[in-house]
Amino acid sequence: MRGLPWPAKVYLVVVIGAAAVLVGRIVVVPGQLAGVGDYATLLVLALLFLVCESMPTLLNVEQFAVSVSFSAALAAVVLVGPEGAAIVGLTAVLSVRPGLPLVKRLFNGAQFAICGYAAGKVYQFFGGVTGVPRVNDFEALVGPYAVAAALFVPLNIVLTLTMVRLASTERAERMPARGMAQFLLSYFGYATFGLLVAGLWATVASISAVLVLLPLFIARWAFGQYHAQQRSYDATIAALCQAVETKDYYTRGHCTRVSLASTMIAQEIGMGAERLRAIRYAGMLHDVGKLGVPTKVLQKDGPLTEEEFAAIQLHPMRGLEIVRGIDFLDEAFAGIMHHHERHDGRGYPMGLAGDEIPEFARVIAVADAFDSMTSDRSYRGARPVEVAVAELHKGAGTQFDPVMVAAFVRALEREPWQPPRKASPPPTDETETTTKDHDDPTMPIEVVSGP
Amino acid sequence: MNRVFQGLDSGQLLLIAAAGLVAVAGVAHTAAVGLVRPDIAVGFGALIAIGELARLTMPGNREVAPIGAAAALGYTLLLDLSDVPLDHTALQVVAVIAVGMIAGALPHLAVGRPPRLDAMARRLLTGALLAFAFRPLAGTLYTLTQEPTKTWWPALVVMVALIAVALLADVLIAAMLRAEQVRTAFRVAVRDEIRMAFPLGAAVAASGVLLALACHSMDLMALLVFAAPLLVTQVAFRKYAGIRATYLQTVRALSRVTEVGGYVEPGHSRRVSRLAVAIGRELGMAEPELLELEYAALMHDIGQLSLRDPIPGGATVLTDPEQARRIAELGAAVIRQTGVLDRVAELVRRQCDSIAEDPPLSSRIIKAANAYDDLVGGSTDRDRAGAALERLRLGIGGEYDPAVIEAMARVVDRLAPVHRL
Repeated sequence: MRGLPWPAKVYLVVVIGAAAVLVGRIVVVPGQLAGVGDYATLLVLALLFLVCESMPTLLNVEQFAVSVSFSAALAAVVLVGPEGAAIVGLTAVLSVRPGLPLVKRLFNGAQFAICGYAAGKVYQFFGGVTGVPRVNDFEALVGPYAVAAALFVPLNIVLTLTMVRLASTERAERMPARGMAQFLLSYFGYATFGLLVAGLWATVASISAVLVLLPLFIARWAFGQYHAQQRSYDATIAALCQAVETKDYYTRGHCTRVSLASTMIAQEIGMGAERLRAIRYAGMLHDVGKLGVPTKVLQKDGPLTEEEFAAIQLHPMRGLEIVRGIDFLDEAFAGIMHHHERHDGRGYPMGLAGDEIPEFARVIAVADAFDSMTSDRSYRGARPVEVAVAELHKGAGTQFDPVMVAAFVRALEREPWQPPRKASPPPTDETETTTKDHDDPTMPIEVVSGP
Repeated sequence: MNRVFQGLDSGQLLLIAAAGLVAVAGVAHTAAVGLVRPDIAVGFGALIAIGELARLTMPGNREVAPIGAAAALGYTLLLDLSDVPLDHTALQVVAVIAVGMIAGALPHLAVGRPPRLDAMARRLLTGALLAFAFRPLAGTLYTLTQEPTKTWWPALVVMVALIAVALLADVLIAAMLRAEQVRTAFRVAVRDEIRMAFPLGAAVAASGVLLALACHSMDLMALLVFAAPLLVTQVAFRKYAGIRATYLQTVRALSRVTEVGGYVEPGHSRRVSRLAVAIGRELGMAEPELLELEYAALMHDIGQLSLRDPIPGGATVLTDPEQARRIAELGAAVIRQTGVLDRVAELVRRQCDSIAEDPPLSSRIIKAANAYDDLVGGSTDRDRAGAALERLRLGIGGEYDPAVIEAMARVVDRLAPVHRL
């Protein structure tokens, strides 16, 4: 509460106040509770809601937790009417979910109470009958229920989102359309579950809730496992790529930064979620093949012989050889293999030009060169971002694809680049430094032909 | 068709034959006497086909079809549809499951993914088992839900009990097949199968019961309403299985950087990990431990990346122990960087410990497997294998764990191809 900006505080007080007035009226004014009907049902539903609300939920979308409790709240709309639904929603205050401060709990309880009451009123307005539905009432129930759910969801989103917007001091993130769709889909799924709980109440009472929610909890558990594995996977791949870089003191962290810059460009040119994921890993893995290049070649000061240059040119292929066994990377393979092609066709390994170069490779090439210029090297300090951008502009159309350069410059304007921290002079015994960096466009590789 | 039957052992063939017989009997009988309530049969059959179409592969190469299984279960447990009692026979249930499955498997076949016959047979047999147990009781249970008793509890209790029995039978069959396939102890296989099958089994069981009960109050709309939530569960498991598979592939792939960099012989990490996992199975390790062992074995040489010059040939068994220990420490440090594979890092760190220091079993296995591969390499020559084993046995005194070496001898003996004259 203390850290909140003042509009957020005002909003919080207003929402909690409104809910307090609402619930107070229900409890105090006689006759209001008559609509609830069966107290046992109310108690079971409230417990159910509380249990679901207390379960740690996962964020489907960055700022949101959709929890299973949503189903219980909607079932309450049918079974115990608007007043009951408000009381059920209020129990969110008692939630014991880890890491939820009292302020948040109060706000959650308040907004669930408001949403539940409003949805219940709408349900009745459209002809929904409050109470435990009889076996053959089901068809009559669906229409009003759909309207109630259609109100509950946006209201819930608006109330919560307003709070998030007011509370977060940074600029609001754009919600990706795909994330939004996924989010609405899960809401729809939960609404269906609420309908089932209500529809089966007549048959097996509260057991219906157990039967309905068990698969859901298992699904959540599986999603939890999935997210944990995904995080673990990202950490593992980053650690392994950094292990490959330990040989060269100055390129540490290069792979993660290239991955980040590639993702920025890819987002700017509007790639979809799947491709974004692939390019993130492609950027991460683009240089693993460097290990196959003998150290003495990488470190050679002065012009290279033809053979030595051939060894360097092979490194994208070496990288490909290593990652070939990972099957989600189809497009990423091309990105790794061709990240040293040039727009004018004078790059390696195959000398492709312009649009022949796979899109991933054109993205990674820009990110790679940029990171190389903005990090320290043994033969020069890191260049400022402006200088590096000017170099990219200079190379646009010859070395780089102008579209990607422009996209990257736009992305940099939106989120400033965090250059790597100053590399302190390397400890002498443990590490190696190269005197050349083949990614650095300002240090062209000289090749001596002839014997 | 030959491709389908390749690599099946006798147990699997027996299972497939049994399932085939049951399916034929069901279809033939149903064709003879005609379908009872064809609309319901078609509805459920369609859902089974969809589930079969959307089957997924769980970690450990286990194929499951949760949506299809739940639909089959629902059809088996169906008592009535909007208060009209249903009396389809067990044989009809079998026929619907079989036809639905085949319909769902056809698209897979069309795009050249041959069916996993053993997995399909297991699904069908489990369904048939439950059908033969439950259908005869359906009439009685339905009567109880009507006036004067009007109670659903007996039906619910019978359903849950029979499902538990059917799931247990399924797990036992799966464990038997698996024990034969990956050569592990039956009891370990049962434990692994239960661990894998429990969450998904519980979800499928709950959904199946729910489907049967929902048809009582919602008619066939229950099928539509259910397709969405079941899909959520399915998607979650699919994503989980996908990332697990990718993870393993990635560690396998990236463990080869040491080979490309010339630190170790080509194929070394892969051979060591295969041998280590085989030894672990031989010693009765469970699947989660085996996975950690595999990761640690794949990455046991990753510490060499921090070395200035590759050790010639990377034969760590021949270099001085201090050096080897340093490499192990460096490797563990790299793996600890992930922040999630701490146990794997620990296994790598202790791979050089002698028996006196009491390292974990997995570390002992890696140590032995690594030494064996340094001596034998990719060769499959029996004499060379025998000589290497002999040499490791001599080192048993303090270096290698005798139990591990003996397990290795058995594994190597099995893996080495028999000399043909």
